[in-house]
Order: sequence, then C-alpha cells, then structure tokens
Amino acid sequence: MKKIHVIASAVALTAVMSSNAFAGATLDGVKKKGFVQCGVSTGLPGFSSADEKGNWSGLDVDVCRAVAAAVFGDAGKVKYTPLTAKERFTALQSGEIDMLSRNTTWTLTRDSSLGLNFAGVNYYDGQGFMVTKKLGVKSALELDGASFCIQAGTTTELNLADYFRANDMSYTPVTFDSSDETVKAFDSGRCDALTSDQSQLYALRIKLGNPDGALVLPEVISKEPLGPVTAQGDEEWYKIVRWSLFAMLNAEELGVSSANVEQMMSSSDPNIRRLLGQEGIKGGGLGLADDWATNIIKQVGNYGEAFERNVGQGSALKIARGQNALWNKGGLQYAPPIR
Amino acid sequence: MSVHTPHPDMPPPILNVGVLGWLRSNLFSSPLHAALSLFAIYLLYLTVPPIISWAFLEATWVGDSREACAGGEGACWVFVKVRINQFMYGFYPESQYWRINLAFGLLIVLAIPLFIKQFQHKGKLAIFILVVYPIITFQLFSGGNFGLTHVETSRWGGLSLTLILAGVGIVASLPLGIVLALGRRSKMPIVKSVCVVFIEFWRGVPLITVLFMSSVMLPLFLPEGTNFDKLLRAMIGIALFQSAYMAEVVRGGLAAIPKGQYEAAEALGLSYWKSMGLIILPQALKLVIPGIVNTFIALFKDTTLVLIIGLFDLLAIIQQAFADPDWLGYSIEGYVFAASIFWVFCFSMSRYSMALEKKLHTGHTR
Repeated sequence: MKKIHVIASAVALTAVMSSNAFAGATLDGVKKKGFVQCGVSTGLPGFSSADEKGNWSGLDVDVCRAVAAAVFGDAGKVKYTPLTAKERFTALQSGEIDMLSRNTTWTLTRDSSLGLNFAGVNYYDGQGFMVTKKLGVKSALELDGASFCIQAGTTTELNLADYFRANDMSYTPVTFDSSDETVKAFDSGRCDALTSDQSQLYALRIKLGNPDGALVLPEVISKEPLGPVTAQGDEEWYKIVRWSLFAMLNAEELGVSSANVEQMMSSSDPNIRRLLGQEGIKGGGLGLADDWATNIIKQVGNYGEAFERNVGQGSALKIARGQNALWNKGGLQYAPPIR
Repeated sequence: MSVHTPHPDMPPPILNVGVLGWLRSNLFSSPLHAALSLFAIYLLYLTVPPIISWAFLEATWVGDSREACAGGEGACWVFVKVRINQFMYGFYPESQYWRINLAFGLLIVLAIPLFIKQFQHKGKLAIFILVVYPIITFQLFSGGNFGLTHVETSRWGGLSLTLILAGVGIVASLPLGIVLALGRRSKMPIVKSVCVVFIEFWRGVPLITVLFMSSVMLPLFLPEGTNFDKLLRAMIGIALFQSAYMAEVVRGGLAAIPKGQYEAAEALGLSYWKSMGLIILPQALKLVIPGIVNTFIALFKDTTLVLIIGLFDLLAIIQQAFADPDWLGYSIEGYVFAASIFWVFCFSMSRYSMALEKKLHTGHTR
C-alpha cells in the first residue's frame, strides 16, 4: 500500500511540475479551442445529469456554464467530460479537462498534495438524518434509542457512532450493503432513521413510496464542502473560475437575477454598478471582457436561482437552502466583494 | 393359400402415452422425483406470477413523464421508452442517427450472403467485412470528411458503443490470438518467449486494471496536451487482453490435433504457413468453436467494465439516466432492460455457434 502511495505521489508531482511550466496557458488554450472542457460527474441527481436529449444540467454543471459565460459571453460553450471519482484528478493533472466541477470535497490532503487548487465552495454538504414524520422528531438530539439504517463500511457509519457518543446517546444500527437496500429497509419501516450526506438524503427521499412522509432534520454532523477545482500552476485561470462563482453569489446578495439584470443596468447602487462592469476594475483584473459578470447572471442566473432550479424548490429534490443560504440569511455562502 | 394377417397391436396402456405418460416418466417416476417436482412447481408458482404481473400486467407502457407512472404497482417502462434513443445511440447528435443505422444496416446486408449456401465468394466477402467495413464504419461514426460533421468519440455511447467495443475486440483478438498461439508453439526461441511473455502478462492482470491504467496512468506519462483518445485506449486494451485469452483457446485446439497430421503435412512438402493454413488450423479452429464463442460472449459482457473509465456503454448510459432528478427511483426497470438486451445478444451468439458446429461437423467424432 505504501509503495502505491509513493508511486502515486511521484506521478502527481511530475504532473504538478509539468503543469507549472504552462502557467497562464489555460485561458489562451480555452480561447483558442472556443470552449471550456469541464469535468463533471457521470451522474448525480441535481448536480450533474443528462436529460433524454443529452443536455447536461445541475448545480455543478452551472459552474462550468458560468465560466464559459465569463470567458466567451456564451454559457453554451462548454464540453462536458463525465468522469468517475477515481479518474477525476488525473484528467485535471494531465490537461484533458480545463476545470473539474464534480461534487469534490475540499480537504487538506487534496489541496496540498495532488497539484490542485480548490476555487471555492458551490455546495456545503454534510451528513444529515432523515426520519419518518410519524416519529414526531424535530431535532437529531431527540433520536436517543432510535434504530438507524446504514450502509456498512462507509464513513457515515463512523460519523454516526462519533456523534452519538459525543452526545451521550444510544442507537441500534441496522446495516445493509447498498444504498438501495438501505432505502428499501427504511421505506418498509425496519428502522426509524436513515443517515447519509444531505444532498443524497433528498435524492433518496424521492425513491420512497411516500416522499412526503419523510423529513430531513436540520442537523449536519460532518463537513463536506464541495467545489470546483483547477490544476495548480495557472493562477490566472484559477481566479477566473473562483470569481465566476463569486459573481453568482454577489449577484444574489445584491438582488440581481437573470430576470432583472437589464433593469439593474441603470441602478445607481455602486456595488451593483461594479458587479455589472460599469465602474471600478471591471473585467480587467481577470483578463476578461467588462460584461463578464453580466453575462453569467443573464445566462446562468445568480447562485440562488441556480440552487432553486437544480436542487431546490424548482426541482424534484426540494433541498432546503440550510447551510447554503447567504451569510446574511443564516447560511455559510459568503463571497468577497467585487470592487 | 391363406394370407396371414397379424392381429392388430393393442394400444399401449393409457398411463404410458400422451401427456399422462410424459408426466409419469419425467416428473413422477419415483416418490423422490414426485416430491422434487412438486417443490419446483411450487417455487415457480411463487416467483413467476409476481414477475409477470410486475413486468407486463400491471406495468405502465404509455405516457412520457414520471406522472404517467404515479400510483402504478408494476414496472414503469415509460422511463425506458423516453430514453430509448439515448440507450441506443448515447449522446450522438439526433440528426446524425442515420449514420449509425446505416453502419449497422450495412453490416447486416453484407453478412446475409455468408449464410446463403450457393454464394461463391464467401472468402472475399469475409475479408471485405473484416478489413474494409471497419474503415467505412469508422468514417460514418466519426465523420469529419465526405461532408459529414465530425462527432467526437466522447459522444458515442449506448448500445452502439457496446457493439463497437465488442466488435473491435472480436475482430482484433481472433487473428492476434491465432498468431500468438502459433508463436507459442513455435520452435524459434525468441518468437516463443515473446509470445509466452505477452500471453502470460495479459492473462495475469484483470481487465479492469488494464482499463484503469489506460485511462488514469497513461495520460500522466504522455506529454502535456497530447490527447490520446480515451475510447481508442480502451479498445486497444480490450483487444490485447482478449487476444491473450484467444491464444490459449486456439493453442488448445492445436494441441488436440494428432501428431500424424503435422507429419503428413510435412511429408507432402508443404511450407509451414501452408501446412498450418490448409491442414492444421481448419481442424484446430473447428474443434475450439465453443471455446472461441465462449470467449466472445465473455468479451461482450466485459465491455461494460468501461463504465469505470467514464465511457457510456449500454449499462453506463442506463445508470447515468438514474441520476436524472425527474426519474429517480426507476433503477430496476433500467437494469431489467439492460439485462434483457445482453441476454438477447449472448443467447444468439451461443445459438449461432451451435449451428456452426453442426454445419462443420464432418462425421468423425473425437
């Protein structure tokens, strides 16, 4: 096992060194190609999935589209490379894709040793609980003595044990091999609660016989910040991806949406005027056109719109904003100001 | 002279003929058989009616959205119906589907004469199918010239990709395997050791590792910006891997040919290639048809492993559809559909192999 690690890090290091030599080249390459090559998941409800016509959509996909809108003024200039969890970093390191937007958790190991840069967080995920409404529970702290359907051998199993020990509560585990079995068992009433990452819980809920009979509790017991990633060594490109996401967040904070962006052009609020490229640094700092953020908002929408459309109330998943609300609305989403 | 007319035969006892006789001799010939038969009938009774009722009687066939299936107890085939084009053609542009249809239609048209006894030029036609046809198919699929728009391999998918992967694997692995098998039995030490090393190397690693290496490790060793097509890497991996297995199957056939045949060929003054091509291989290959087809069937099913490197073959594209938020929870229908397609293809391959064996059977059983 150790040997594999040595080989893997040697390979990663080679990749880092070779990509360093091409700093600043990504934007030129992308402009020359005429599209952004974006790595996405091979299928995750609400984050990246293809419809029956083959069009990709989802919260992760919208980050790719935002970058394309910022660079080309056209959110459609993206080509998607569906990647499995194992090959996602190689694809980035080898230059097969320009950016990765594939529900990737930001951790120290990945950020420091794989030759990657995490450009931000587009979804704060974390382990949560789903219970039947009949149980009448409003908080995870009331779950003392409950039975849990869990998938064996996952980190969620360990997190659950830690959480209950820390809060001095007891639970009965009922373990299964696959997530489908787990849901079936929960649906048939073999256990009181189900635990998994929150984004997954909402997708699992749709598979229940009566989705409205189940409730996702507000507690989140682990940190899984998911965000877009670029290869290390090209700061210019990294900042474009980072600020494309920030532009969406700032737009929501300032109340600029795809519906009202035209009216907002004549706003006198200096923050909005700077966002829409009418004064201040405009696009110059990033090497983009002045209307880069305007194009993102027009074609992709602000963060709130993207959230509601893909995973929120406008979608089948109906995920609550929770931690993903803006900082001034009780959530964690916070973007540095554009000025 | 009186003609002897034999007394007409008595009819056999009623319990030994017809339905009753068949039941008695096959299902209830002894108390143990009777008990086992009744148990098997009970098991069938338990499983078959619910499956039929789920898959057919209570299934939803019409509609074009999730709502059509709401409240239905049975299978929701609408999910498969809505996505059937994607399952067949992957992300190939809809306006270009005719190119895929044409390619497969052409194969069928070309293959028909091979089954007609009176057709004289079977050999030439087979070579045409094996050499020229793949080039035509590649041109049709990929495009880029003759006025066809270019379609990247990343957009190929579904059943057509499965068939391409299996087809390339089959067409490449048989000749390669024959050459390797001959090489392994060669008296020339270098040829022999190269073949032995090749075969043992590729048989020693799992296919999943080969695909994984080709997709994850290989790009890191290539110079930056060289984009060696992912599908091509997978095809090469599958072809090399299967040729090693094919070589061992063919070697089994070569070993089964009596030494006298080799000596007779030499005594006739035939060169090595002539004696192999005219005497040994026709007999050896005929012997191992079941083994060859077995390898083909395994290969056909193994192609689904490409889903771990993000290629959308039939299984992967169906799994991908499960992630559509509008269609969550219909995975059973998807898997049943995939299984039935695979079964149809594998079963017809095995039937074809049985027919071929019968046709080539020359009378002397070994």
